[in-house]
Amino acid sequence: MQRLRNVGLYRRRRFVNSLVLIASLGTTLFGLFWLLWLLWTLLSEGLRYLNLSIFHQATPPPGGTGGLGNAILGSIVLTVVGILIGAPAGVLAGTYLSEFARESRAASVIRFVNDILLSAPSIILGVFVYEVVVIHMGHFSGFAGSLALALIALPTVVRTTEDMLRLVPNALREAAAALGAPRWKVTIAIVFRAARSGILTGVLLAVARISGETAPLLFTALNNQFWSHSLNEPIANLPVVIFQFAMSPYEDWQHLAWAGAVLITLAILFINILVRLFLKTPKSRY
Amino acid sequence: MNTKNASVASTAVQNGKPDATPVLEIQQASDFRDQACLQHKVKLSVRELNFYYGKFQALFSISLDILENHVTAFIGPSGCGKSTLLRCFNRIYELYPNQRAEGEILLDGRNILGPGENLNLLRARVGMVFQKPTPFPMSIYDNIAFGVKLYERLSRAQMDERVEWALKKAALWDEVKDKLSHIGTDISGGQQQRLCIARAIAIKPEILLLDEPASALDPISTLKIEELIAELKQEYTIVIVTHNMQQAARISDYTGFLYLGKLIEYDETSTMFTRPRKKQTQDYITGRFG
Repeated sequence: MQRLRNVGLYRRRRFVNSLVLIASLGTTLFGLFWLLWLLWTLLSEGLRYLNLSIFHQATPPPGGTGGLGNAILGSIVLTVVGILIGAPAGVLAGTYLSEFARESRAASVIRFVNDILLSAPSIILGVFVYEVVVIHMGHFSGFAGSLALALIALPTVVRTTEDMLRLVPNALREAAAALGAPRWKVTIAIVFRAARSGILTGVLLAVARISGETAPLLFTALNNQFWSHSLNEPIANLPVVIFQFAMSPYEDWQHLAWAGAVLITLAILFINILVRLFLKTPKSRY
Repeated sequence: MNTKNASVASTAVQNGKPDATPVLEIQQASDFRDQACLQHKVKLSVRELNFYYGKFQALFSISLDILENHVTAFIGPSGCGKSTLLRCFNRIYELYPNQRAEGEILLDGRNILGPGENLNLLRARVGMVFQKPTPFPMSIYDNIAFGVKLYERLSRAQMDERVEWALKKAALWDEVKDKLSHIGTDISGGQQQRLCIARAIAIKPEILLLDEPASALDPISTLKIEELIAELKQEYTIVIVTHNMQQAARISDYTGFLYLGKLIEYDETSTMFTRPRKKQTQDYITGRFG
């Protein structure tokens, strides 16, 4: 008798299992559908405007010929400078939280503030940098743009660094400390080494995140029709150019906007593939 | 006077009467500790040790002596505090802010629980091997060189020599000599554990603490590690925690039985496993509980 009752229970469990399985499959397909549609539209509309002159000519006036060269260069400069400011600070802060502050009161306050920064709308960060940098300098500048991007990269790097360091088993810290290694040595020589692919992944994801940011750049780096060589002046960048050109009535500008959108998307795709490769490198088993 | 008594004691042992009653009478010693002191140097001396995890007390006034160049084993059921006791000897518990120890632990007569103790230097003298193998994410060679570099400046040739020496001591050299540049996690679990032992002895500590070093290993690796311990006790003082009573009986000279944070009994291993004085000890070693 006992056995018979169990069969009923088993059937019910199997039914619920397939129900949930179908539901999760459905939601996955729902998400993928929009993503694929977006990529399809982007590639089918944008790919045909990609050519070599895009890379070495500056943005044209309406009706003229030109490319996106200055905007591509500007975007790279802004992103690199932004990540050079944001990533070291983020990695250090994440290390402090994971290795030194841990469960202290200071740590929970920092974590809370960092989470707020993490979810703050990027336009607010742009306005903030506008207020404290652009107004005081008297003009828009690449430097202000990099700073705004750094503020966006910072909290994500803090978070991923802390998470990755926490994945390093305590047994490893104990083993290093048991050899008489001081704390800083344990952190740098052992813990960082064990978590390095994870930390690098976090930094690359932050790069991907800030390379497509538009709103904060509108208030800080603004845009520039020409090649700009100084961080002290407004600098062209892909997101703002796309924003400006896509909204314009000129068809050649709109074509350039499509090309720019494809470029950014491919760049982010490339970074994400890079991230996967880093995570795939044989990780030690603990 | 002492040497004379010691020789009397050893004659008694040779005569097949290990209880050496006449010596005890002369010395007025009523305690195992004093008997042991006659013949061997005390390396570690624990006095009224209490240990707390936050508000939870895990050890209750433990007192015992650990002899130099002997293997001392601690046995007891899970959660009895044997690992906790071991972790006091190199103060590794200090990594966690809410753990603290009270009392005294004398290493060569000096209290290591005192406030002025340099923890890094202490841990260089008191090595430790953990339950799970913990190779560092670096080459086998660097795994061993890491600890050595902390306290010694060696030339490349001297370091090569030290690495080889440590790996040979840990009976691992023949298995890894051709892959010293491989990452430490590439080798099997038993080899990893011997690598950790090699790493610990490479810095030439005085005491080696082993926290269930063979519990995650297969019987053959376990055997190798037990042979290794017998070999190492010539030069080191070894303290081992094990939940395997046969292992304690096989490899140790002295055994302590802990239960619920208290040291129930501490004696020579042969006595402990044949004529335990406490009923709790007898129940545990005969498998009636725990």
